[in-house]
Amino acid sequence: MSTAEPARPRSYLEEGFGLRSWLTTHDHKRIGVLYGLGITFFFFLGGLAAALIRWELVTPAGDLLSAETYNKAFTFHGVVMVWFFLIPSIPATLGNFLLPLMIGARDVAFPRLNLFSWYLYMLGGLFTLACLLLGGVDTGWTFYTPFSTMFSNSHVLMAVVGVFIVGFSSIFTGLNFIVTVHTMRAPGMTWMRLPLFVWAMYAVALVMILATPVLAMTLALIGLERLFGVGIFDPALGGDPVLFQHFFWFYSHPAVYIMILPAMGLVSELITNGARRRIFGYKFMVYAIVGIAVVGFLVWGHHMFVAGQSMYASIVFSILSFIIAVPSAIKVFNWTATLYKGDIGFDAPMLYALGFVGLFMLGGLTGLFLAAAALDVNLTDTYFVVAHFHYIMVGGAVMAYLGGIHYWWPKITGRLYSEAWARFAAILMFFGFNLTFFPQYILGYEGMPRRYHEYLPQYQVWNVLSSAGATILGVAYLLPLVYLAWSLRHGARAGPNPWDATGLEWQTSSPPPPHNFEQVPQVTEGPYAYRR
Amino acid sequence: MMLPQASSLAPNVDHLFDTLLALCALVVIGVFTVMIVFCVKYRRGTDAIRTPAHRHMGVELTWTLVPFFLFMGIFGWSVHLWIKLRTPPKDAQPVYVVAKQWMWKVQHPGGQREIDQLHVPVGQPIRLVMTSQDVIHSFYVPAFRVKQDVLPDRYTQLWFTATRAGTYDLFCAEFCGTDHSRMRGRVVAMAPAAYARWLHAHQGTGLAAQGADLFRQLGCSGCHDPRSGVHAPHLYDLYGRTVPLADGSQVLADERYLHDSILLPKKQVAAGYAPIMPSFEGRIGEEDVLALVAYLKTRTHAAEDTDEHR
Repeated sequence: MSTAEPARPRSYLEEGFGLRSWLTTHDHKRIGVLYGLGITFFFFLGGLAAALIRWELVTPAGDLLSAETYNKAFTFHGVVMVWFFLIPSIPATLGNFLLPLMIGARDVAFPRLNLFSWYLYMLGGLFTLACLLLGGVDTGWTFYTPFSTMFSNSHVLMAVVGVFIVGFSSIFTGLNFIVTVHTMRAPGMTWMRLPLFVWAMYAVALVMILATPVLAMTLALIGLERLFGVGIFDPALGGDPVLFQHFFWFYSHPAVYIMILPAMGLVSELITNGARRRIFGYKFMVYAIVGIAVVGFLVWGHHMFVAGQSMYASIVFSILSFIIAVPSAIKVFNWTATLYKGDIGFDAPMLYALGFVGLFMLGGLTGLFLAAAALDVNLTDTYFVVAHFHYIMVGGAVMAYLGGIHYWWPKITGRLYSEAWARFAAILMFFGFNLTFFPQYILGYEGMPRRYHEYLPQYQVWNVLSSAGATILGVAYLLPLVYLAWSLRHGARAGPNPWDATGLEWQTSSPPPPHNFEQVPQVTEGPYAYRR
Repeated sequence: MMLPQASSLAPNVDHLFDTLLALCALVVIGVFTVMIVFCVKYRRGTDAIRTPAHRHMGVELTWTLVPFFLFMGIFGWSVHLWIKLRTPPKDAQPVYVVAKQWMWKVQHPGGQREIDQLHVPVGQPIRLVMTSQDVIHSFYVPAFRVKQDVLPDRYTQLWFTATRAGTYDLFCAEFCGTDHSRMRGRVVAMAPAAYARWLHAHQGTGLAAQGADLFRQLGCSGCHDPRSGVHAPHLYDLYGRTVPLADGSQVLADERYLHDSILLPKKQVAAGYAPIMPSFEGRIGEEDVLALVAYLKTRTHAAEDTDEHR
């Protein structure tokens, strides 16, 4: 890392200092930071719920939490982690901060709408917190009917309103990104010269604005059903309890790609820089991103193989689910090939990226077991599924997010953090993660259902290992909070380009000036001008 | 600890599982090895040869097409097995299951009832006809590799043939409220002779006979009897027949149709009849509906004739 400090223009951080200057800002970089703060808060809140769940499961008897509290804890964990952490994490923080910088723009297309999205996010968050303070909700984050509409006595409406509101924040962010990428690229920044992270943001934005309205609709229907007993999901009134699952997964399966596509884009940036080599097969990587975004809309029924849908519907959803694994495989092979003849450094961002590839592979391959309907019958609704989606969403999305935070930290804050601590945290996280979630594959294969507050004694050994892993993982997540905060005051000043990287965002000072570039950059070649 | 294989299809499921597992392990080991080799060989500061790498369209196509065809192979195998898992043999013996927060209620055709237990004979295909009285539950027996959601006001089914005598865990796998994790039970697979003894020892009134009583008690016979003055269908030979509906469509009179006609009589009105039947929704439970349906299935002209000759 170079720490030489050139004469810096005034940065976006020095544009105003009071709280008011932040809460009324239209600067995409400040809004990215605001999101970062909110998202970090919710991450640790959701993490606390996860810790309660894991500690409860150390023994087969429900001795730490009551059944009621346990059900509320896993619901809160799911709701917060999915809607207030995983979905907004990369797009709303790093996406907001980096997208205009990476395409050479001064800001996003609609800066006021961008600030409004953040307020919606916080408002949705307040409803969710209010729900928790009132006593919580016990339906699981999936809100399956008719339990959520007719049987649950907890605060379903309050939770649903919170998620409904945060959904609009997601829609507006998506809209903003699409218009920004279409209209604000610097001269010479053609589509096939976009960095892969920008491609991922663009694809994700499309998924967000197409899928999220379906979620809003579905949640509104739950509200109507609870308040007025309309009968859409109530069989006694001619409704269909399974219809809800179709609506819900029509949003929530694409939502998985809202979490993982940004991570894929981001990891591509980290690996190409870490290996100092041009990304292998740029065009295939772009097609894979677009392919995943499109096919991601067609596989929702693989959540419902045993839910009572027809045998033939399951066959169609099964084959589509196998097909979507192909572009994911392409990406893994391309990342690996990028390392070939590289000049590989193992700084923290690269460690996170390599960790991501490993965990994403283990998560993705176990997805094949669930895509095969005949195997899914035994595995679905067990810990196998819990392990699978945590490998993708936590092992994948969170590792990538943290890798990205470390990589662009010098750009965001202008400071360098302790590299030794960062590497230690990355390795500890990888170890803790595997110890937490690998045993859950075995538990699931052996038949332990998910969402169990008490379980049969034969499952205890793997549960104890998993809980031990979760404790280590918790410590590993707390470490960056400490050393990154420390770097804000004590870290060395970062130059404009500490990683010797090639993207446009590294051609401006760290932290960037309020309008990003002193002069509008001219783009003359594709991304990743490292060695071929 | 290995999960026992106690149903006829469990070994087939495991075979597919093991094959896919081996395939995935191969891929993981392969890719990890390559990654580690690259990371060591090309780490910053070594003097490995770093001439520009040649780029082949062929490489990309190979690692796109090879996984694709592998996936399609696994898919084909899985579908073959899936269809078997979903198609009960003709001679499968029905057993009725009603789920409610938080217990499993089982009724055998001979009238034997049990709670949180299911006794079955080894070697005989069993078809469970299941419904729920409240929320969605899921009937899951890991040792048999079977699982099926149980839905309110709808019948779902699953089938298995137990192959080994023993006692196996039964779980509810779909989150169903506070005591979800306590909604557990046992499936007891018994040798046919032992099972026959068990049936005999727990004999109750047959399910169809219970239904016949209900048919009179609830006043169904008042309208549906051929001698009744009310214009209502007689319900003889109804099960398995195609019924024309008032809206011009047709419906197969299966268990679901009979169930819905009792609880939601206005949903599918038979052609030629006024929709005057009251709903029994909320008045009788799913177990009673099961008994009525079982009775309606026995209600044929032939059976009625024998009754009258007696």
